[in-house]
Amino acid sequence: MEMINLDYPAEETVPRRVHVGVVGSGELEVLLEPSNDGQAHVSIRTSVDGYGSIWKNVLDRFFSRYKGAAAIEINDFGATPGIVALRLQQAVEESQS
Amino acid sequence: MSTAVPDLERFLTRRSFIELSARDRAEALLDAGSYHELLGPFDRLHSPWLPMQGIVPQEDDGVIVARGRIDGQPAVVAAIESAFQGGSIGEVAGAKIACALELARQDHEQGIPTRPVLLLETGGVRLQEANLGLAVIAEIQAAIVALRRHVPVVAVIAGMVGCFGGMSLAAALCSHLIVTRQARLGMNGPEVIEQEAGLEELDASDRRLIWSLIGGEQRHAVGLADTLVEDDADAIAESVRDAFRRGLPNQHRSEQVKLFLERLAAIDPSKPLDGKALRALWGKGAKA
Repeated sequence: MEMINLDYPAEETVPRRVHVGVVGSGELEVLLEPSNDGQAHVSIRTSVDGYGSIWKNVLDRFFSRYKGAAAIEINDFGATPGIVALRLQQAVEESQS
Repeated sequence: MSTAVPDLERFLTRRSFIELSARDRAEALLDAGSYHELLGPFDRLHSPWLPMQGIVPQEDDGVIVARGRIDGQPAVVAAIESAFQGGSIGEVAGAKIACALELARQDHEQGIPTRPVLLLETGGVRLQEANLGLAVIAEIQAAIVALRRHVPVVAVIAGMVGCFGGMSLAAALCSHLIVTRQARLGMNGPEVIEQEAGLEELDASDRRLIWSLIGGEQRHAVGLADTLVEDDADAIAESVRDAFRRGLPNQHRSEQVKLFLERLAAIDPSKPLDGKALRALWGKGAKA
């Protein structure tokens, strides 16, 4: 198990907190809520060690479009980058609906 | 063929209960708009024991507890998420179920007729949490027995994990057990039996054989489950409402000691026994 923390600048407020996903095989859960300092913070706990640079790529790309000041917590059980991106997108959509 | 068309239509329009997450299952059983989750993921009550062993936890520890209404009456649903650690019962997961049942009992003592529902989809105790998981399963069992004096405790086993280990005993203590054909109910899972007793005893890969022994249809046919229902969220919700309308049984299954001792005595362990033969022996059911 490995912990990864990433921070990003933000411009918009997050309307409400949301939870999506499940810590099942090849899956992850995402907890997204408003951060308290106007910046975005991502805290990842993953079952697969040694993929820190791939996590950074996925989150860099995500935050190139998303500007929410979100505190995001991820519990990952071996999800592929595609699944991670979809779950993040789902969390954002649900937080805005 | 004339009946095939409406059946097909129903099959295509139904909403599979098995395919729902535990959270969506709980919501499907409660009256529309009444769902309110307690100790959800943002309360971050995850297992303290899993990260110590290098295992990623889930923030609700795989159990969703929700309050709401069933048929307009106050209700509480505890649903196990089978995708997380096989629905295994760790200390936190089990304590959430036991507390929900305890609080429901306190409600009844104060005149609030809270209806309890358990959605059991579990391999039993979480081995990483060992005795803490076993202890909390005992608490769940004690809480079911204490609560069923006041109100039927209704359990649903929908599949596809099924309900095994200590939690199969918890299922057996419930007042009313609802199963689908896809459900399984047993003490030891087939893989465990094959591993311990050998392939000659049980071939765990033979799905037809496994379901003929411990599948929902068989368990219903021999009187160990009360309602057999299709994998349809609306049909299962209606079965749950119906179970509460029926009220408490005259005698709970686990109180029918004489009946079950006679049933066991009727079995000759020196001869092979398959699902069909057990139905012939026990087929009349054991309902009060």
